[in-house]
Amino acid sequence: MIPAILLMLGIGATCGIVLSLSSKIFYVYEDPRIAQVENNLAGANCGGCGYAGCSAAAEAIVAGKEPPSLCIVNSKDGTEAVSIIMGVDAGAAEAPLSYNLCEGGNRAADKYHYMGVSSCKAMDAIYGGHRVCTVGCIGLGDCIKACQFDALHMGADGHPVVDDAKCVGCGACEKACPKNIIQVRTLSEKLMEFNQAYDALAPCAQTCPAEINIPKYISEIKAGKYDQAVQTIRMRNPLLLACGRVCPHPCEDMCRRGIEDEPVSINQLKRFVADYEMNSGSRIPITCAPDTGKKVAVIGGGPAGLSCAYFLRRIGHQVDIFDAMPKLGGIIRYGIPEYRLPKKVLDWEIQGILDLGINAFTQVKFGQDFGLSSLVASGYHAVFMGIGAWEDYALGIEGEDLDGCYKGIDWLSKFASGQEMKLGKTAAIVGGGNSAIDCVRTLMRLGLEKVYIVYRRTRNEMPANQVEIHAAEEEGIDFVFLAAPTRVIGDDDGKVKGLEYLQMELGEPDASGRRRPVPIEGSETVLDVDMVISAISQAPDPSFKDNDSAPRMKDLEITRWNTIDNDPETLQSSIPYIFTGGDSATGPSLVVTAIGGGRRAARSIDLFLKGEPVEPVEDSLQGKNIPESIFKKVDGITPIKRAKMPEIPVSQRLDSMIEVDLVLPEDQALAEADRCLNCCRLCYNPDTEFPIAK
Amino acid sequence: MGDLFVLSISCIFINNILLAQFLGNCPFLGTSKKMETAVGMGMAVIFVLVMAGMITWIVDVYLLKALDVEFLRTVSFILVIAALVQFVEMFLKKSIPGLYAGLGIFLPLITTNCAVMGVCLINIKEEYSFIEALVSSFSYAAGFGLALILFAGVRERVILARVPKPLQDTSIGLMTAGLIALTFTVFRGMV
Ligand SMILES: Cc1cc2nc3c(=O)[nH]c(=O)nc-3n(C[C@H](O)[C@H](O)[C@H](O)COP(=O)(O)OP(=O)(O)OC[C@H]3O[C@@H](n4cnc5c(N)ncnc54)[C@H](O)[C@@H]3O)c2cc1C
Ligand code: SF4
Ligand code: SF4
Repeated sequence: MIPAILLMLGIGATCGIVLSLSSKIFYVYEDPRIAQVENNLAGANCGGCGYAGCSAAAEAIVAGKEPPSLCIVNSKDGTEAVSIIMGVDAGAAEAPLSYNLCEGGNRAADKYHYMGVSSCKAMDAIYGGHRVCTVGCIGLGDCIKACQFDALHMGADGHPVVDDAKCVGCGACEKACPKNIIQVRTLSEKLMEFNQAYDALAPCAQTCPAEINIPKYISEIKAGKYDQAVQTIRMRNPLLLACGRVCPHPCEDMCRRGIEDEPVSINQLKRFVADYEMNSGSRIPITCAPDTGKKVAVIGGGPAGLSCAYFLRRIGHQVDIFDAMPKLGGIIRYGIPEYRLPKKVLDWEIQGILDLGINAFTQVKFGQDFGLSSLVASGYHAVFMGIGAWEDYALGIEGEDLDGCYKGIDWLSKFASGQEMKLGKTAAIVGGGNSAIDCVRTLMRLGLEKVYIVYRRTRNEMPANQVEIHAAEEEGIDFVFLAAPTRVIGDDDGKVKGLEYLQMELGEPDASGRRRPVPIEGSETVLDVDMVISAISQAPDPSFKDNDSAPRMKDLEITRWNTIDNDPETLQSSIPYIFTGGDSATGPSLVVTAIGGGRRAARSIDLFLKGEPVEPVEDSLQGKNIPESIFKKVDGITPIKRAKMPEIPVSQRLDSMIEVDLVLPEDQALAEADRCLNCCRLCYNPDTEFPIAK
Repeated sequence: MGDLFVLSISCIFINNILLAQFLGNCPFLGTSKKMETAVGMGMAVIFVLVMAGMITWIVDVYLLKALDVEFLRTVSFILVIAALVQFVEMFLKKSIPGLYAGLGIFLPLITTNCAVMGVCLINIKEEYSFIEALVSSFSYAAGFGLALILFAGVRERVILARVPKPLQDTSIGLMTAGLIALTFTVFRGMV
């Protein structure tokens, strides 16, 4: 008995002493959170999580390799405690949320009848699932089973729905989904997502240069959730009031409904919710990520600059905008006239962006009032240049410098700035784009007797927005097609008295398939006008490069079209910390293109600021369409007329600059939203499922 | 030499600790969902079992038998093995972090695993010499690893099969384990 007791004491004491000594000798620092996390796991050491024991699981959780919900037998409280321990981690300050990217669920047709285990992972292993849509939701709910917080449920139409209030962003659902359809992302990550070739995208959303999730915001309108629709648009486009009015909506050309019927009036719906917010008297709050402490200078406060600044601010960077003009907005303030986009509306929209905490410095010109060295010295970590394209091309014909000859943007911006303009009685505007139409419609409102548009080709080739051309016709503008100006004729005082042009006819088709206009010999004709405005496109003004004294500036490459050279995917210029987008990078384009460019540049700038390689978005669509999503015919559609845009009658338009196009009334907007098929990559809801209710 | 070889074969196949003696079933089910963990677990068991086999043999011969207190065998083995594993874990963590990264996380899980304990007791019961005990410990552990890896391979594929709902996951796992155990009975007549 005695020896037995002594022996046990002896073994026990030896083990104890050896262990306590060796724990001192072999001490290794360990993250204290590992122990905390381990205390909150189930402690069963069962290995059910796939790790060998609880301490291994705790280590993996703290290392960020696994979500707090890793432990499969843990109680809800335990998992929550682990989330809290992990949540205090600075790296996770911006809470991620789960998003479901496939909204179609079981709409896409079946390829075969599946009888295996009720698990998405298992089904995915067999030809990638049973749906014809290879990217979409399988619908067996692995994500729902994986969620420990009851934040996911199967929606009525067979796709999982996330309950934002319950989601803790643990990431378990994302890991469970074999299709990458459920993704757990922070707000910043969501804001910086771009359309990719394997995404679940409707044709309209693929085409939108700003990549707005069109079907989502339309279905939110349909559900009466106007606030959410506004927020959905703001994930991609901060200038919804402006775009809702002036965008030529390339998305509508690709609308799937348009194959069998008139396309959905996507842009009018955008304007509807945008106006709804403005008229509601209060702004829908815009959330920003926590401050990162990085500072970016944005040169040029046009759509590109505003968009870049807005997105950089929302992902937590500090932004200052510098603009040469007295007010922000660029062409949409100084080019697009009041009757298309009232200044009051624009001011309200820009104020909302600045309210996020963006500083604007106006009437300071890059290259003149400040330069690259002053920006670098002021501690900006990166620069975005969106200086637009404001240099009008000259016609290159005789008499162009006579009194009464003007240039498009120059004239429009002076007029918009409120300068006293010298007007004639009759005017000829050369060009076929938006600036030409803006000039003629403005002049018409200023009381000129006769206003002509002189264009080299025919109406079909005019690059201006269709609605603009139509409005100009209604307002009584004279179109002179197939006319190439040859000379401006002046009187003895050097004042314009006529524009001579050569008539053209359409000849052989050129490389682009359009018939090339060829002059008819001896067909010179003179238009009697006392004003000539040339509005035949513009180029950026690269003078800042020569004016800037910083030696570094020499590295900035300018193309032969005077645009700032950049990588078309990352928008990084030849100076690594300068990024550029909008008209100054692409040449004259559209407002939404500039907005999309601003956001793409914001993504690259963010990567640059984080010290990561500035690499393009993988398989980025950039407006290209996914072939399988473009249909030839669409079954099950009953044609329904699209909403007609309300506008004020011509008789009331011409004596003031009052806005012409009006917003859709609510009932019509809801009916229009109902026309949307809520398309995705392959599936859609034919009307029969959603009869017009209202 | 020949005897040792026969001993080793019989420990690995005929008397496989998992499939013939049914010891160590918790990690067998727990860590067999992924091949990667199964391999790690197998290695860790080999490592621990060889160490434990040696030390318990020494304790038994030079302490328990010498002092004639063999009735304390089970309790003292538990104590010794547990302390040994803890010590090895600390030692590896500090001195051989590479090895620790591979095996470390599995060590605490098998501190007093019944397979480890069982093999140590078998060594004594069969009155093996030190060398024999060493070979038997290693071979039993290798047999454990073999069974675990085979099982993990099967389980990784079972997920793709159509299994009736009540039988999914652990239930089908146990049935598969039973079938594998049955196949191991063919080794019975070998030695
Ligand atoms: C008359 C006209 C009508 C148009 N109508 C439409 C339309 O209906 N729909 C449509 O989608 N698109 C239309 N467009 C095209 C659209 O306006 C442009 O594509 C868009 O505004 C480009 O945005 P941006 O930010 O790149 O440049 P801009 O809007 O040109 O802005 C550039 C900004 O940079 C500032 N800036 C320039 N140089 C400097 C400098 N050195 N230092 C500091 N600041 C500087 C300018 O003051 C300006 O604020 C129209 C264009 C014109 C000219
Ligand atoms: S087309 Fe889109 S919504 Fe439809 S199943 Fe595919 S991914 Fe889902
Ligand atoms: S019907 Fe709706 S979702 Fe489909 S392409 Fe048209 S606007 Fe987009």
